[in-house]
Amino acid sequence: MCLAVPGRILRMFEADDTLMSEVDFGGVVKQVCLQYIPDAAVGDYVIVHVGFALQRLDEESALATLANFERLGIMEEEFGDGFALAAKQAGMPAPGNGGDSMTRTSALSGPTMNGATR
Amino acid sequence: MPEQTTTTPPTIITQTTDLQTTTSRADPVDFNGWACPVPLRDSPTIVMGHGGGGAMSGELIEHLFLPAFGDAAAAELGDSAVLPAPGGRLAFSTDSFVVKPMFFPGGNIGDLAVNGTVNDLAMSGARPLYLSTAFILEEGTALAGINRIATAIGHAAAAAGVRLVTGDTKVVDSGHGDGVFINTAGIGVIDDGVDIRPSRAAVGDVVMISGPIGVHGVAIMSCREGLEFGTTIETDSAPLNGLVQAMIATGADIHVLRDPTRGGVSASLNEIAKAANVGIDLVERDLPIPEMVANACSLLGLDPLQVANEGKLIAFVPERDAEKVLAAMQGHEYGKEAVVIGRCGADHRGMVVARTALGGNRVVDLPIGEQLPRIC
Amino acid sequence: MKYLEEFSNPELAGKLLDRIHAAATRRWAIMEVCGGQTHSIIRHGIDQLLPDVIEMIHGPGCPVCVTPLEIIDRALAIAAQPGVIFCSFGDMLRVPGSEQDLIRIKSAGGDVRVVYSPLDALKIAKENPDRQVVFFGIGFETTAPANAMTVYQAKRLGIENFSLLVSHVLVPPAIAAIMESPSCRVQAFLAAGHVCSVMGTTEYPALAAKYRVPIVVTGFEPLDILEGIRRTVLQLESGRYEVENAYARAVTTEGNTAAQAMLLDVFERTDRVWRGIGMIPGSGWKLSSRYAQFDAENRFDVRGIRTEESTLCRSGEVLQGLIKPHECVAFGKECTPRNPLGATMVSSEGACAAYYLYRRLELTPAGSHA
Repeated sequence: MCLAVPGRILRMFEADDTLMSEVDFGGVVKQVCLQYIPDAAVGDYVIVHVGFALQRLDEESALATLANFERLGIMEEEFGDGFALAAKQAGMPAPGNGGDSMTRTSALSGPTMNGATR
Repeated sequence: MPEQTTTTPPTIITQTTDLQTTTSRADPVDFNGWACPVPLRDSPTIVMGHGGGGAMSGELIEHLFLPAFGDAAAAELGDSAVLPAPGGRLAFSTDSFVVKPMFFPGGNIGDLAVNGTVNDLAMSGARPLYLSTAFILEEGTALAGINRIATAIGHAAAAAGVRLVTGDTKVVDSGHGDGVFINTAGIGVIDDGVDIRPSRAAVGDVVMISGPIGVHGVAIMSCREGLEFGTTIETDSAPLNGLVQAMIATGADIHVLRDPTRGGVSASLNEIAKAANVGIDLVERDLPIPEMVANACSLLGLDPLQVANEGKLIAFVPERDAEKVLAAMQGHEYGKEAVVIGRCGADHRGMVVARTALGGNRVVDLPIGEQLPRIC
Repeated sequence: MKYLEEFSNPELAGKLLDRIHAAATRRWAIMEVCGGQTHSIIRHGIDQLLPDVIEMIHGPGCPVCVTPLEIIDRALAIAAQPGVIFCSFGDMLRVPGSEQDLIRIKSAGGDVRVVYSPLDALKIAKENPDRQVVFFGIGFETTAPANAMTVYQAKRLGIENFSLLVSHVLVPPAIAAIMESPSCRVQAFLAAGHVCSVMGTTEYPALAAKYRVPIVVTGFEPLDILEGIRRTVLQLESGRYEVENAYARAVTTEGNTAAQAMLLDVFERTDRVWRGIGMIPGSGWKLSSRYAQFDAENRFDVRGIRTEESTLCRSGEVLQGLIKPHECVAFGKECTPRNPLGATMVSSEGACAAYYLYRRLELTPAGSHA
């Protein structure tokens, strides 16, 4: 459920005593009810579901999350595999070296048609 | 489709573009710019008499349709058009157009009626020559709207280089039509040595598309009641016969041509895969989807691969000919953004599979019925 | 679209997948609650790219799939009545009732219209004062505020010819019901991001503690889902069972209080029968007494309809994650998206439809296809 997408408020207006807006979804503009986000302002990003803004999109949070994802790989390169390290310290085998085999190739190389190899 | 970098986002078109609602039956008709509207001044709308075959029908044809068709009309007003028999194999196609709304960003049902049949002929490699146009008009339809449609038909036929040689007009009771229904049938000729049909798709063929997808469907949806949204996207309706001739002129052995109209690229590729019993592999990242089409589809929960196109073609070409055909497409007005989108293979024959951007894969299935916006 | 595409970045997806592969050492069964999450997982091929030890169980978070058969049949009965304009989200049009569906009603002459928003239905009611306009108000907590505002407007503006056919379902009772099921294999949940945009995350810690399951709120783009799975696996591997918000850009702990206030006014809790699952107490919302006159079930006499499910259909077991779609004998044969026996094959994010559309390739024996 819940197909909701982020858009930017272009203008706000009242209709039938209800706070309405026009929201821009990357060049596609739609009328959106803002009654549930009473302190919204033009230029804000909101998450819109069936013509209603349900939440403001926290841009700082979005950028921080993406930055965290970027850093994931870097940390591994800098510090090695944290789990392998922890396992070693606990005197256990490193994870991923036994049981089901996991062939890890980059997502960019793509699978054969008989299923992904990862 | 040119890059859309709009600094002023579009406002929403809130009127519906139905003939019945935008032009009330009592609106005075602006006859300026009409070729010869004199006898029609008495009635600004269609009445049953216009379909009766008598004087009123004649007036409608002589003073609305023929002038609107302009140079493309070659009608002698006999019961049938008598034409010289072209040499070579004949291609013959028909299509009916019942699209609503009839007027949409960038065009109207008249453009579709001509380009649709021109393209059907072109997809067999034919050079389209003649078109018939048959109208079923609902009583009460505004003449001004019919004039706009007929004018579009005239312009589209001229642009495609086809002659409008015969036609028909009928009127149905109010409430039994939907404004305007149009049927066009077309005759074309296929040159020797050209053999283009779905069953010729072969393992190893390169699959190409002439330009960005999903444009027409999004343009239509943007003014459909209940879904309206503002966008600068306009229909891509265009005649592709010139493009096809440029591709044939390279001397390449083109196997299949298909214009992905209803059901989009997905429907066309699935039909070809089944007809030729080949598997088709697409690469999602290579699909040319304009940003605004992608955004509109995200908003409504639609798959761009299932959205209609009216001015694009898909080509299946053997590997050795792919480069020169692609170059010919890119050198033509309607193929400037042509790209390779996939290949035919021997795996999963009869099915179309796409490699996702993440590296997984998914089956691209035949759409079932009309694509509907979803909330889930 | 800004703040959407960035969360599909394949390189970053690769990094997240690497972390998941590195972290997972044992078999884990994780349920994604929301049909939108299922759709995203299957459509991007995420389930193929996860380590074999991680099993994604597709949950019942598809309101189209779980809308009770009785309500579907009532909707069809109302839509078939002359003078009625029946408005619905597109999702519901092909859902099979006991005997037909909305598309067939439409082709038989019923005025059935697809809308994007319930406000569009209200507009149609204003423009057609001599017709009865009914809106099919289905959905989870995400959609409820929209339906609530619409009927609130109808009452305030006196749009008497408008009514709402309500069938809302709630996530937390569904999680509880799944965990109470004796054959439950679920060890963790990915909670639905947009449900939580509305309701916040305060209902989940009690569930996590009671059933000892990690609950991670995720968004719907590939990176969102992968991050949710990554955090879930880390919890599982270290024996934790906490609630985490992995969709902070759209979810706050308290949720949208303005929406919640409206929901309290317009709706009240009720028991609901989830199609294919059965009755889950207190798992739904119906219109409160203050809005009774806008309730389509009161306005139209639609009692006494005989409902009958297909005997072949095993939607319920699929919805509870007890079987996979292809384990049903009717899958791909008697039951296809063109001829669905149950709702899970209709909705694009019903697990059966998702499997049929995207996974037929691996599930059919080599050399043949469904």
